[in-house]
Amino acid sequence: MALHELWFYLIAVLFLGFLVLEGFDFGVGMLMAPLGSAGEGDTDDRRRAVLNTIGPVWDANEVWLITAGAAMFAAFPNWYATLFSALYLPLLAILFGMILRVVGIEWRGKINDPQWRRWADIGIALGSWLPAILWGVAFAILLRGLPIDADGQSKAGIGDVLSPYTLLGGLATASLFAFYGSVFIALKTSGTIRDDALRFGRGLSIPAIGLAGGFGLWTQLAYGRPWTWIALGVAVVALLVAVALVWQGIREGWAFASTVVVVAAVTVLIFGSMYPNLLPSTLNPDWNVTVENGASTPYTLRIMTWASLALLPLVLMYQGWTYWVFRKRISADGIPASIGLSRRPS
Amino acid sequence: MDALDVSRWQFGITTVYHFIFVPLTIGLAPLIAVIQTVWVATGNPAWYRLTKFFGKLFLINFAIGVATGIVQEFQFGMNWSEYSRFVGDIFGAPLAFEGLIAFFFESTFIGLWIFGWSRLPRLVHLACIWIVAFGVNASAYFIIAANSFMQHPVGAKFNPESGRAELVDFGALLTNNTAIWAFLHAVTASLLTAGAFVAGISAWLMVRSHKRAEEVEARTMYRPATILGSFVALVAAVGLLATGDVQGKLMFVQQPMKMASAESLCHTETDPDFSILTVGTHNNCDSITRVLEVPYVLPFLAESKFSGVTLGGVEDLQQQAEEKFGPGNYRPNLFATYWAFRVMIGLLLVPVAFALLSLWLTRGGRIPDQRWYGTFALLTIPTPFLASSAGWIFTEMGRQPWVVVPNPTGDPMVRMVVQDGVSNNAAGTVLFSLAVFTLLYGALAVAWFFLMRRYVTEGPLEHDSEPAPPTPPDKDDVAPLSFAY
Repeated sequence: MALHELWFYLIAVLFLGFLVLEGFDFGVGMLMAPLGSAGEGDTDDRRRAVLNTIGPVWDANEVWLITAGAAMFAAFPNWYATLFSALYLPLLAILFGMILRVVGIEWRGKINDPQWRRWADIGIALGSWLPAILWGVAFAILLRGLPIDADGQSKAGIGDVLSPYTLLGGLATASLFAFYGSVFIALKTSGTIRDDALRFGRGLSIPAIGLAGGFGLWTQLAYGRPWTWIALGVAVVALLVAVALVWQGIREGWAFASTVVVVAAVTVLIFGSMYPNLLPSTLNPDWNVTVENGASTPYTLRIMTWASLALLPLVLMYQGWTYWVFRKRISADGIPASIGLSRRPS
Repeated sequence: MDALDVSRWQFGITTVYHFIFVPLTIGLAPLIAVIQTVWVATGNPAWYRLTKFFGKLFLINFAIGVATGIVQEFQFGMNWSEYSRFVGDIFGAPLAFEGLIAFFFESTFIGLWIFGWSRLPRLVHLACIWIVAFGVNASAYFIIAANSFMQHPVGAKFNPESGRAELVDFGALLTNNTAIWAFLHAVTASLLTAGAFVAGISAWLMVRSHKRAEEVEARTMYRPATILGSFVALVAAVGLLATGDVQGKLMFVQQPMKMASAESLCHTETDPDFSILTVGTHNNCDSITRVLEVPYVLPFLAESKFSGVTLGGVEDLQQQAEEKFGPGNYRPNLFATYWAFRVMIGLLLVPVAFALLSLWLTRGGRIPDQRWYGTFALLTIPTPFLASSAGWIFTEMGRQPWVVVPNPTGDPMVRMVVQDGVSNNAAGTVLFSLAVFTLLYGALAVAWFFLMRRYVTEGPLEHDSEPAPPTPPDKDDVAPLSFAY
C-alpha cells in the first residue's frame, strides 16, 4: 500500500476516534439542560451529574479532532487548504460553538449563581448542537463535492453548503449524537437520571433511525461502493440492537457498545465512499482533490507514519486507562456540593 | 481594507489574544507540579492548599487557552490556504506531532489530575501534573519549531514541478537553531510570567493578611509562595536575557532587516549606537530624530564585540532585497518593531525589581505589611504578559512582508510574501469572522478576568485545608466523586 493511501486510512481512523468519542460528548452537552429539568430532584444537581459523566474525558476526546485536522494539513495540504478556505463560514460556526463549549464546561461550576450557570448552559448547549449538526453537513459536503476550479480554488456558494443532502447529513449526526449521548448518560448514571436518560433515549431513537438511516441510504445509493453496503448494514443492525435495548431499559453497556459500532460504521461508510477522492469537484472530475494529487511527499508521510504508529497505541492505552479509573456511575444525590464561589465576596 | 489586511488583523488579534493565556499555562504547570511535590514530600498541608489555590487559577486560565488554540490550527487553512498549500509538506508535520505528543498528554492527564484527587494514589496523581507540565512545554516546542520555519526555513527544498516547498530533512527542522533558542526564550518568559504571578498574588495576600488576622496563613503559605515565585522569576529573567541575547545574534545574521528595523537603523553603519528613544513617524527613515543613544551596546548585541561591527541599515537592505527578489517593499513597519522591541525589554525591569524587593522585604522571617508593596505586587502581575505580547509582535511584525523569510544560506526559492499566502476569501466574509472573534474574545476576557479576580481575592479556601481521605475500596457501583464540575 502506498503511503498516501495509508494516510487516507489513518486520517479516517483519527476522525473515527473523534466521532466515536466526541459524539457522546456532544450528545451529553445537547441533553444536559433538558434532561436536568425533566425529572425529580434539584435541576442544577441533575445537570451537574450529567455534565460530570464526561468531566474527566471530554478534553482528551476533542484532541482527536485537533490531531485529525493537523494530520490533514501535514498529509494532504491541498485537501486541507481547499476545504478549509471553501467552508469558511461553517467552520467559523463550529469554532464559535467549540469555544463556547470549552469555557462553558470548565467555568460553569466556578460560580454558584443561577444566572452564571444559565449562561454556561447556553454556551454548552450551543457549543454541542452547532458542531453536532455542522460536522454532519461537512461530511456530506466531502462526499457531494464543491465547485473546485483548475487551480484548486473553490468558491462555495450557499447551495453547495446547504443542499437537501447536506442538511440531511447535519440532522443525521445531530439526532444520532443525541441518542448516543442519552445511552452514554444511562450507562454512567444511576437513580432517576438513568431512568430519565433511557426515556429520552426512547424518544430520540425514532429520529435517529429515520434521519441517520435515511442519510446512510442516500450516501450508499449516491456515492457508495459495493463493499460499503456492509458498513451500512452493520450500522443499521447495530442501531436497531441499541434501540431495542434502550426500549427494554436493560443492558446499557451493550446498548452503548452497539451505538459505538453505529458511529464507527457510519464513519467507514463515509470515508469508504469518498475514496480515492478527498474532495470531488462538481465542475470537472479532472479537478477533484484526490489522495494522489492532494498528498504530501513520501518523505513527510514516512515520518508521520512512524510517529503515529509509535504514539497512537500509547495514546489509546492511557486514554483507555482514564475511562477505567472513572468507570463508576454518578448519581444526582451522590454528587458533592458545588465548591464554586458566590458571585460576590461575602 | 482588502481580504489580506483583514486576514492579517484577524490572525494578529487571535494570536496575541491566545498568547495572553498560554505563557501562564506553560509556566504555571511546572510551578504547581513543584508545589504539589513539596506537599507530597513533606506532608505539610499548607502546600496542599497552595496547590489547590493555584490549581484553580491554572484551570480557569487553561480553559480559555485551549478554546482559543483550536482557532489557530483552523485559521491556517481558512485564511492562509495558499500558504498552507505552499508549505504544508513541512509545516503540517510539527502541528501533527504537537497533537500526538503534547495535546493528548496534557488533555488526558489534566482530566485525571482534576478528578483524580483521592481517587488515584498520591504519587500517581502527582505524576499527572508533571505530565501536564511536560505536555504544555512540548506543545510550545513544536509550534515554535513550526513558527521558526517561517523565520528561518531549513530542511526544505523548492520543487519546481509541484511549485511547493518540500521537506528534505525533518531533523534539521526540529533542530533549527532559531527554534531551539526561541523555544528556550518562550519557556523562560513563561516561567517569569508564572513566577511573577505566584509571587505577586501571594505578596498581595501577605500584605492583606495583617488586616484579617491571617498570621498563620501568611507564615505558612503566602510568604513561602512569594519567595518561591520571586526566585523562579529571577532565575527565569537571567535565562530570558541569555536566550534573548543568542536569539538576537542569530537574527542579525538570519533576518538582518528585522534587527535593523528594531533599531530604526536606516543606513549601514559601523559601530552604531543603541537607540533608547527616537521621535518621528519611523515608517519614513528621513523623519527620525534620535534623542537618546548609548554606544557599544549594539555591536555587543550583534557579535559580542564592542567595536568593529558593521550593521546593515534598512535602506541598504531594502536595496539588496530588491536586487535579489524583484521590486517591492521589504521594510517591516519600523514604528511597531522599534517600540515592541523596547517595550519587551523595558517591561522586564518591573518583575525583576519586584522579585528583588520581595526577597529583601521577607528576609529573616519578616511578613511585610506595607500597602504600597501590595499595590506594586498587583501591578507587577500583568507586566510579563505584556512583554510576551510585545515580543511576539516584534517577531512577527519584523518578519513582514514575508510569511516565509528567505534563508540567506538556504534554498532561496523557499520563500513567500504574505500577500501570496492569503486565501481567496471576500473581504466582507473575513471582516465578519473578525467581528465574531473580537466580540466573543472580548466577552470571554471579561469573564476570565472576573473569575481570576474573584478566586484571587477569596484566597486559598477553607474547603481545601486538607485532602479528602482516599476513596474506600469499590463495592457500590456508584462512585463518590471527590470533585465535580
